[in-house]
Amino acid sequence: MSAAPVELPVWADAGLVPLVSVTAALLVAGLVVIGIGENPLEATALLLRGALGSGEAIGFTLYYATNFIFTGLAVAVAYHAGLFNIGGEGQATLAGIGAALACLWLAPLPGLLLVPLAILAAAAGGAAWALIPGWLQATRGSHVVITTIMFNFIAATLIVYLLVELIGNPGSMQPETREFAPHAVLTPMHRLLAPLGLVLPATPLNSAFLLALASLCGVWLLIFRSRLGFAIRTLGANPRAASYAGLSVSRLTMVAMAVSGALAGGLAVNEVMGVQHRLLLDFTAGYGFVGIAVALMGRGHPVGVALAALLFGILYQGGAELAFDKPSITRDMVVVIGGVIILFAGALDGLFRRLVAAGLGIGRAP
Amino acid sequence: MSEAAAAPAIELIGISKRFGPVQANDGVSLQVAAGTVHGIVGENGAGKSTLMSILYGFYAADAGTIRIAGREVEIRSSGEAIAAGIGMVHQHFMLVETLSVLDNIMLGVEGGALLRGGMRRARAELARLSGAYGLAIDPDALVGELPVGLQQRVEILKALYRGADILILDEPTAVLTPPEADQLFALLRALTAQGKTVILITHKLREIMAVTDHVSVMRRGRMIAHLATAATSPAALAEAMVGRRVLLRVEKPPRRPGPPVLAMQGVGLRDARGVTRLSEIDLVLRAGEIVGVAGVAGNGQSELLAVLAGLAQPSRGEISLDGRVLGPAERNPAALRRLGVMHIPEDRQKDGLVTAFSAAENCILGYHDDAAFGPGPLLSPSRIRRHARAAFAAYDVRPPDPELKTAKFSGGNQQKIVLAREIERAPRVLLVGQPTRGVDIGAIEFIHRRLIALREAGVAILLVSVELDEVMALSDRIIALCGGRITGERAAAEADERDLGLLIAGVTGEAA
Repeated sequence: MSAAPVELPVWADAGLVPLVSVTAALLVAGLVVIGIGENPLEATALLLRGALGSGEAIGFTLYYATNFIFTGLAVAVAYHAGLFNIGGEGQATLAGIGAALACLWLAPLPGLLLVPLAILAAAAGGAAWALIPGWLQATRGSHVVITTIMFNFIAATLIVYLLVELIGNPGSMQPETREFAPHAVLTPMHRLLAPLGLVLPATPLNSAFLLALASLCGVWLLIFRSRLGFAIRTLGANPRAASYAGLSVSRLTMVAMAVSGALAGGLAVNEVMGVQHRLLLDFTAGYGFVGIAVALMGRGHPVGVALAALLFGILYQGGAELAFDKPSITRDMVVVIGGVIILFAGALDGLFRRLVAAGLGIGRAP
Repeated sequence: MSEAAAAPAIELIGISKRFGPVQANDGVSLQVAAGTVHGIVGENGAGKSTLMSILYGFYAADAGTIRIAGREVEIRSSGEAIAAGIGMVHQHFMLVETLSVLDNIMLGVEGGALLRGGMRRARAELARLSGAYGLAIDPDALVGELPVGLQQRVEILKALYRGADILILDEPTAVLTPPEADQLFALLRALTAQGKTVILITHKLREIMAVTDHVSVMRRGRMIAHLATAATSPAALAEAMVGRRVLLRVEKPPRRPGPPVLAMQGVGLRDARGVTRLSEIDLVLRAGEIVGVAGVAGNGQSELLAVLAGLAQPSRGEISLDGRVLGPAERNPAALRRLGVMHIPEDRQKDGLVTAFSAAENCILGYHDDAAFGPGPLLSPSRIRRHARAAFAAYDVRPPDPELKTAKFSGGNQQKIVLAREIERAPRVLLVGQPTRGVDIGAIEFIHRRLIALREAGVAILLVSVELDEVMALSDRIIALCGGRITGERAAAEADERDLGLLIAGVTGEAA
């Protein structure tokens, strides 16, 4: 009878607990909305309509969700290996540099070859930027939490240097590259689906969304169905048992970090190749950090990550619309709501698990 | 041992406690007469610890009454238990190793904001207690520097200092050498002679017979029997615990030692801090023989297993398999497994299993690259389940549910999972650490029979166990380890407990 965390059935663990925490977070956020003199029900309705009320709204929501799927999966994969990768921002930055260099330098190649190569370059950039902290942890014991944060700063200054000094567009006042050739960018969804007779409004949603869905399946296959994933999960759940089983802890640490970084690179694919069509400063815009919350809410499972990414997509898109309709509710308010959700779903998770367990009559009396 | 004319020291009436679906205690009643040693035995999960935790205020009972010296009490915390005169000595000591004996004893009952006065009083009281019970100890010694037997003495003094009239000891001899255990029993006698009451929780029937006045047997949350120790026998107790007849002796045909399989020559091991853990180990394991390693925990047994399993690299000496010296590339767990050196680790939950995984997943730990478990780089859940089901049937793992989380199996069944995994691939050498630690009697019998069967099949087995009885019962040869050195070797047939006790205490006898 040890003091182990409360055990719940899978459906309650993956569905009910997040639902309860999100509801509680919305209630608290509602109180804040009341505090600034607005009607929380009206605000919620505006937010939902803004996120899901039209084809255009849904397109934007899914575009945001694409970013969150990539960064959430990145955190989730590392998490299964017992590693906390906080470097999604930096890894995506390097991925953006990789993708931009490929798109600019390999422009003579046909699009069918160029786009996959640029995606690979993005993955390689992200993987390399995560591999170094992984290697440092495996060989020197430097904790990835510290080193990945450091690498975020290095990446942020590196991209400034590159854009200002080396690959920037000489004719522009902005630190950004020139626009990629039209055949080097990803197809927007509304154009991709037009031949099928589907008429969608023009949104930033592009084929990177399909790549995100494929990544969800791929990560599920990797973590839960492959030999490598078994080894990664063993390392994460019990490093001593991993050594006992004859697994190479250092090799697995590096592999898991590389896969994690490559997934974070998906953010650059969506933003740089799918939307901006050029490399510019700060395109990562904090998505890498939100990925931590997405992975935590989603319990590291691809299905959970997809749902959490959708939730944050709704918050981002609906929040933008809400801020537009209700000037007293600023974008910062929306950030507050997101923060409350992260607080409730992440830090206070144990509280709600215990409440849910008590409600279901599971667990033990005090 | 006055006949309890007055009220019993402790009376538990109809104690029930449920954890979710598990009825840990089911209407348990118990009477402990004042001034006696009362043993409580039962298999793992029988509810002994839960009952004692209720008595000590860690859990609240769902139903039932507790009476101390005839007065009904409600114990809601360990503070209230101490106030009621109950003291507990845990299996794992609750001591601050960097503080002195005196500091540890007054920790939490300093008696005021300033230490000095309390310290003086505590010193005087400690001297009185030491004198009264013959518990000699230096109050200024650092606890971390004391041997385990003395640390346990500090725990007992701590309880007495807090005014305990009733002492609960949970598996107190698990960490002691046989002479230290004898000293403890003498101490318990001295305590009861002065009117203290002792409850002894143990699974060692020999100790029950040696030291208790009465014994209560628990099984599956219920009290099965209350017996006067003088009127019972180990075999009868074992039967009451398990609910069926149990073989306490291991039946072992005479040995037929084969050729040497694994050999260590001059092996030494220094840990990361430069402390020598093993030195000059020369050891030969032959096919079809069990070599037992006797020793008090922390004298190099774990390191011996780690070196042989490839988990630690020896700083000197060499290890050979079938007469061939193993190179550095072969001294890792994966390579050694391929060579047929399997390892049942001492701590199954920390090393041998991933308790968060399903039982089926744990059945492939270390063998997940085996082509039988899936196509190419993928694993097939159905094949893994089928494999686990076959293993569970062969090794009587209960419940036979491959999907169940490993943490939910009892200690004995977890051990069977490890055993099944390591044995089924026909090992040539089997390294076994604490095969029956925390395992109930029924499973112990099963595990012992399996090990003997492997010996018959020609496997070379190295057995490390803190249970001297187990080492003596299973081994063909016994080596004693003390301070990382082999201090003696005996043929099991000629070994006796006293002799081995001296060897593992470092008193080197003449070579056998």
